[in-house]
Amino acid sequence: MESLGNEKNHIIPYRTFLYVLAGLIALTLTSVTLTQISLGTLTVAMALLIAAIKSFFVLRIFMHLKFEKRMFSIGVTAVALLISAVIIITLLDYLYR
Amino acid sequence: MSAHAEIHRDDLASKTGMWLFLFTEMLLFGGLFVVYSVYRFRNPVAFHLAAGELSVFIGTLNTVILLTSSATIAMSVTAMQKQNKKLTLLLLGITVLLGIAFLVNKYFEWGGHIREHIYPGSSVLALRGQGDVLFYGLYYFMTGLHALHILIGLVFIGFITVFVVRNKVNPENFVLLENSGLYWHLVDLIWIFLFPLFYLIT
Amino acid sequence: MSPEKNTEEPSYLNYKGKYKGIFSWIFSTDHKRIGLLYLFSILSFFIIGATLGLLMKFELIAPGATIMDAQSYNAFFTLHGIIMIFAVVIPGLPAVFGNFLLPIMIGAKDVAFPKINLLSWYLYVTGVTLVLISQFAGQGPPDTGWTFYAPYSFRTTNTMLPAVFGAFVLGFSSILTGLNFLVTIHRMRAPGMTWLKMPLFPWSLYATGWIQLLATPIIGITLLMIVAERTLHIGFFDPTLGGDPILYQHLFWTYSHPAVYIMILPAMGAISEIISTFSHKTIFGYKFMVASILAIAFVGYFVWGHHMFTSGMSGTALYTFSLLTFLVAIPSAIKVFNWISTMHKGSIDLKTPFYWAMAFIFVFMIGGFSGLILGSLAANVHLHNTHFVVAHFHFIVFGGTGFAFFGAAHYWFPKITGRMYDTKWANIGLVLFFLGFITLYGPMFYLGFKGMPRRYFDYDEVFHAGNIISTMGSWILYSGLAIIIINLFSSLRGGKKAVSDPWGGKTLEWTIPSPPPVENFTETPVISKGPYDYK
Repeated sequence: MESLGNEKNHIIPYRTFLYVLAGLIALTLTSVTLTQISLGTLTVAMALLIAAIKSFFVLRIFMHLKFEKRMFSIGVTAVALLISAVIIITLLDYLYR
Repeated sequence: MSAHAEIHRDDLASKTGMWLFLFTEMLLFGGLFVVYSVYRFRNPVAFHLAAGELSVFIGTLNTVILLTSSATIAMSVTAMQKQNKKLTLLLLGITVLLGIAFLVNKYFEWGGHIREHIYPGSSVLALRGQGDVLFYGLYYFMTGLHALHILIGLVFIGFITVFVVRNKVNPENFVLLENSGLYWHLVDLIWIFLFPLFYLIT
Repeated sequence: MSPEKNTEEPSYLNYKGKYKGIFSWIFSTDHKRIGLLYLFSILSFFIIGATLGLLMKFELIAPGATIMDAQSYNAFFTLHGIIMIFAVVIPGLPAVFGNFLLPIMIGAKDVAFPKINLLSWYLYVTGVTLVLISQFAGQGPPDTGWTFYAPYSFRTTNTMLPAVFGAFVLGFSSILTGLNFLVTIHRMRAPGMTWLKMPLFPWSLYATGWIQLLATPIIGITLLMIVAERTLHIGFFDPTLGGDPILYQHLFWTYSHPAVYIMILPAMGAISEIISTFSHKTIFGYKFMVASILAIAFVGYFVWGHHMFTSGMSGTALYTFSLLTFLVAIPSAIKVFNWISTMHKGSIDLKTPFYWAMAFIFVFMIGGFSGLILGSLAANVHLHNTHFVVAHFHFIVFGGTGFAFFGAAHYWFPKITGRMYDTKWANIGLVLFFLGFITLYGPMFYLGFKGMPRRYFDYDEVFHAGNIISTMGSWILYSGLAIIIINLFSSLRGGKKAVSDPWGGKTLEWTIPSPPPVENFTETPVISKGPYDYK
């Protein structure tokens, strides 16, 4: 069994990270601004949606998932779905009491 | 085991192990998100009002700090791949400083609340009502646990920095650097969700 | 315990490494030695837990206080539960047989992270030490039950923190073991061993690894919340502060139900190995077995509310959990059907491990059916918190995981020790154990059905007769257990030397010497056939 090192690794340019960072900060400021305007119940949904989009970019680019084997992305998605499922099922109790 | 173990290196195994560990961290905080969901559902108004008492400025500042530190540690991997040891160390150093800045902000933020006797178990908090008790309980517990993870992350990055200096982590063998980055990004991810849930539900 | 004559390499038992004496064991990163370290610890705690059980049963032989008062009884069943659940059955098969056999069965030299493997054991020892400390520190031993239900768990003045921390540390040990096995299976299978050529015991450890990884953190955080309640009055589960005690139950069971699949899946995996080998026949429906293992792990994540039917949950939650509970029984049933079908027209070799497997199927079915009864909402109202539940989980956990553990111990004894056990005493022990088991737990179904509550040190006279029978069963069981364990220990010295393949098994562990050399295989095996190639 030979060494399985990092030979074939893809190198992400510095610029890419800086662009993504700029986008993430922009999204952050957007969510702050939008929540100052009260949109009722939509406010939180929108803030969480933006959080989800930010997470997507952190996972995809910063954490390299775009260039890793697909099983990692599947794993992350599955875990996120699992946590959501547990929350939803627990809320089935509280929503209908 | 003999020296055979060193020769047979498997970076993919190492990375897989790190991702699996990240899954456990996601579920650890996940349990707290369950608690948050339930109590937010039961106390919407109190949560909304209590959130208004937190400083959006500090929260946003901390978010930007953490996002930037994620970018810097991600860039340190590129620097390593490009065999630029000095830049790698510089970026790691900036990451650590940003992490410390986050913790300093947190210290002052918490200090402010504690000075006003808003902390778990205080009678002042109890008098404000159950919704407030739960909001601040979750606030301290979740941001506290998160801050603990920042500290752990900083120690981890600290060790990796030393390894880089000593060339134990080098362009031929840097999976540990990547793994420390992954851990740090996770800490950032958790904050990406904590921020709106505590500061922006106004 | 001397090396096989044909190998140049010493066995893992005789290997002389960097350390000497006991240090060569407690500093070893060899998965085989770590497996035995776990065996030693787990067996010790099992004996402690079983003795606690014996004493509890003695208390229950008559109404009123027999040998202890109510508070002591509460402490007894708490410690019995904590030890048996967290220190015995959850680590049990994975930590002992998983550690020893998994790398060998997939053709690897060790697990993916041998040092983390050793750390897992250190964490185990730390965790159980903390649990034991809770018995003697401060204000009296924990008395909440192993379930640590709020609000009592944060209101009781008895010592709770060491036990809670102990459970937390044990959880961390479990997570690391699961993580290790997952990476091992993903990355270290021998060339040619595709996923669908992997035997069922490794498959079961794979699914179990996912549960260990993904469920345990939930109890980790929940225990931390209990600590926060006790020390900081944080209010998550305190009704006076706005918290909901039922939320504690949700969080607790979100882990503790999948935990029972951590207990049973490796057991089922071991049983599959035993049945195939002693039927000299390939497992019937291998792909369905794999699918069932994964299905049990997956669906098992969503049924936790069936522990909470009488707690005050909403109607919607009640029928959702009941429906899902019935669904999770289906893949288990498929497995039982496939085990029987494997035996059908096989060339059965009646040996001790096979007797254990048959006993397993018998008690597992009873435990499983009683679980369906408990999963029915209307019946549950009547049976919750009675001895019916106690019978159910002892049949399925002690019967299931316990019987499989003893079956696995006898099956793999030659491989691990290089000796054969004494068959006569093994079988006598088994028969006594089995008869004792049925006598001990069988009456509890009746007693519970008639209304005898659990976790009470006293009961109404009308339950007396059943309890006498049950307590006598505990004595028979305990004697059987003693014979089994003493027989295995004495066979370590006096048993006949074992060959590589005493049973005619087809999985990889039977191709290497008994006991194995340190690096398991002199040459990495190349796989071309399925795991149970008996044709």
